[in-house]
Amino acid sequence: MPTAETEIETLANRDYRWGFISDIDADSAPAGLNEEIIRFISLKKTEPDWMLQWRLKAYKHWLTMKEPAWAMVKYAKIDYQATIYYSAPKAKMKSLAEVDPELLAVYDKLGVPVHEREALLGVEPSNVAVDAVFDSVSVATTFKKTLAEKGVIFCSFSEAVREHPELVRKYMGSVVPYSDNFFATLNSAVFTDGSFVFIPKGVKCPMELSTYFRINARNTGQFERTLIVAEEGASVSYLEGCTAPMRDENQLHAAVVELVALDNASIKYSTVQNWYPGDKEGRGGIYNFVTKRGACRGVNSKISWTQVETGSAITWKYPSCILQGDNSVGEFYSVALTNHQQQADTGTKMIHIGKNTRSTIVSKGISGGRGQNTYRGLVKIMKNATGSRNYTQCDSLLLGDKCGAHTVPYIEVHNTTSRAEHEASTSKIGEDQLFYCKTRGISLEDSISMIVSGFCKEVFRELPMEFAVEAQKLLGVSLEGSVG
Amino acid sequence: MGLLESFVALLEIKDLRARVAAPGGKDILKGVNLTIAAGEVHAIMGKNGSGKSTLAQVLMGRDAYQVTGGSVHYKGIDLLALSTEERAREGVFLAFQYPVEIPGVSTSYFLKAAVNSIRKHKKLPELDSVAFLKLVREKMAMLKMDASFMNRAINEGFSGGEKKRNEIFQMAVCDPTLSLMDETDSGLDIDALRIVAEGANRLRGPERAILLITHYQRLLNYITPDVVHVMLNGRIVRSGDKALALELEERGYEWVEKELAAV
Repeated sequence: MPTAETEIETLANRDYRWGFISDIDADSAPAGLNEEIIRFISLKKTEPDWMLQWRLKAYKHWLTMKEPAWAMVKYAKIDYQATIYYSAPKAKMKSLAEVDPELLAVYDKLGVPVHEREALLGVEPSNVAVDAVFDSVSVATTFKKTLAEKGVIFCSFSEAVREHPELVRKYMGSVVPYSDNFFATLNSAVFTDGSFVFIPKGVKCPMELSTYFRINARNTGQFERTLIVAEEGASVSYLEGCTAPMRDENQLHAAVVELVALDNASIKYSTVQNWYPGDKEGRGGIYNFVTKRGACRGVNSKISWTQVETGSAITWKYPSCILQGDNSVGEFYSVALTNHQQQADTGTKMIHIGKNTRSTIVSKGISGGRGQNTYRGLVKIMKNATGSRNYTQCDSLLLGDKCGAHTVPYIEVHNTTSRAEHEASTSKIGEDQLFYCKTRGISLEDSISMIVSGFCKEVFRELPMEFAVEAQKLLGVSLEGSVG
Repeated sequence: MGLLESFVALLEIKDLRARVAAPGGKDILKGVNLTIAAGEVHAIMGKNGSGKSTLAQVLMGRDAYQVTGGSVHYKGIDLLALSTEERAREGVFLAFQYPVEIPGVSTSYFLKAAVNSIRKHKKLPELDSVAFLKLVREKMAMLKMDASFMNRAINEGFSGGEKKRNEIFQMAVCDPTLSLMDETDSGLDIDALRIVAEGANRLRGPERAILLITHYQRLLNYITPDVVHVMLNGRIVRSGDKALALELEERGYEWVEKELAAV
């Protein structure tokens, strides 16, 4: 029977073990993953106990899991004990002069203003930038007011855990359960921050929501956790990411995004991502292993995923839709580019459960250099999902002769009144097409860029306009050195 | 053009030789000699396989062919030393025999990129969409082209005749100094031919030149050449005025071959 003495002894020992916690102002946890670290993260974020318990449950489950190896991507074994799972945002460099000039050249090409670059790279803001940052804060404040008037909640995930616990507890983990897969489980244990969006009944969100307005978003991308809920009749368009290349000391990025659409609601989720892909030999690039899933719970609900992935050393993600509600619609539009030594195994899963459900998949894969690009898609039409339809188009474009494009489609139709269509094409940019462009005075690089943009048109059309323009520029920049 | 410059031919080809750039590639041009002065229109006629189209493509610098000898000077510059896009920016234009399709790239986008590449090279300000539209509207009317084609992917779904008209339209917009028209007349009906010829004729001028490559003399009824050449086995073997074209039409290319053999 534990006596008071033994209890105190235990506590004292515990304090000793958790010695570093006494320095609550510590900016980061030491490397490694164990229960202490998780408690530290939760403490730093001043989370309620139910959140900590949720994390611990996930962590315990993670210990029983094995890292999957079925994807067509090769990477050096990740040492989970060598990673730091919490570090507060702070300036890492004193000035832009310390930054890789090649990276700065990309910012130049993309027209990124100086203060943006500083924020993106974790450089101490210069004095000139102070005003600009202040402007961003006031801009964000104005938007928050407009949203508040409509009852729209748009805040960081951490804030939502504190301010809107009932909503978070209701929906978190309902689309991607904590036990879903190795990386989602890891995320569930150590997630850092992300977005929380709640659109109440009947409200059409008056503006596009973007991660740009979450000022401190940039340094928390390691294990991002995002939850978007659209109640009956609500709709929202959300933009994630930006075209400017982002570096991070942390190699593994395992985000989880959950979307919930109730009756007659719709959610449009667009991503333009350009995580640092590593140098020309592929060293130092980011591994982007993401679990994104949308649940079309309601009747006539709709969820659209649009992504332009040009960065990361390795991209492994399948933004998916569970089409539960009758007549619900799922869409997936994707452009994935792999150049130099990049690898991508990406696609989607459309699970048809309700009647008369529809899904559309348009995947454009572009490979250059020694890039390896794989489309992996699942279209599963369950027995009771009568009268359902899927249309899939996956096109691959090969630039040069050392890259690869692979397609792995899975189609399962369990009733006789549904229809699934699948079209695929593989092409190269013809020498005659390039010659034609050059005879009109257009440079080789501009020609390739123009032809590739034409190839991606159907996907770019789905992006909100400003994103589409940026995405086009990004594609041009990412294609450099892709041929020969 | 200054007095000295008027003595320098616009295009001077001396003993040009070229082969297909592949292992064991065939020799196609076997010593072409041709001089075109500013203000002139020349026509090259010849059988299939004589090397006419290859000449046009070599002048434009296509990688598929390798120059093995000779020289080409354009406005006094060594043309062979320039890349294809540089040649285009210097004012050389090739209207293709088989214009290629580029899915997803609209004619409008493509042509604006072309015009601005050329303007940038000439240190002129780039045209915005409004100015560009103004420029093309006049040319579209002249070539009786429907404005809707501007938004279609370039050449995609175009009939043969439409593709050829699109080439001349681009030529009119790019405003070249030296126009190379490769069998522009093949596949055109009389009406289309007339329109295309008018487009080409509007590009005549004291400081420009046109090189027409054609099988049939019919086009030459609409675009009157100053000089007509016959190409055979990779060489220009005979030159004359318009009358030569008519004689060829009547007697066929074998007549030229026989005459050569007899010499």
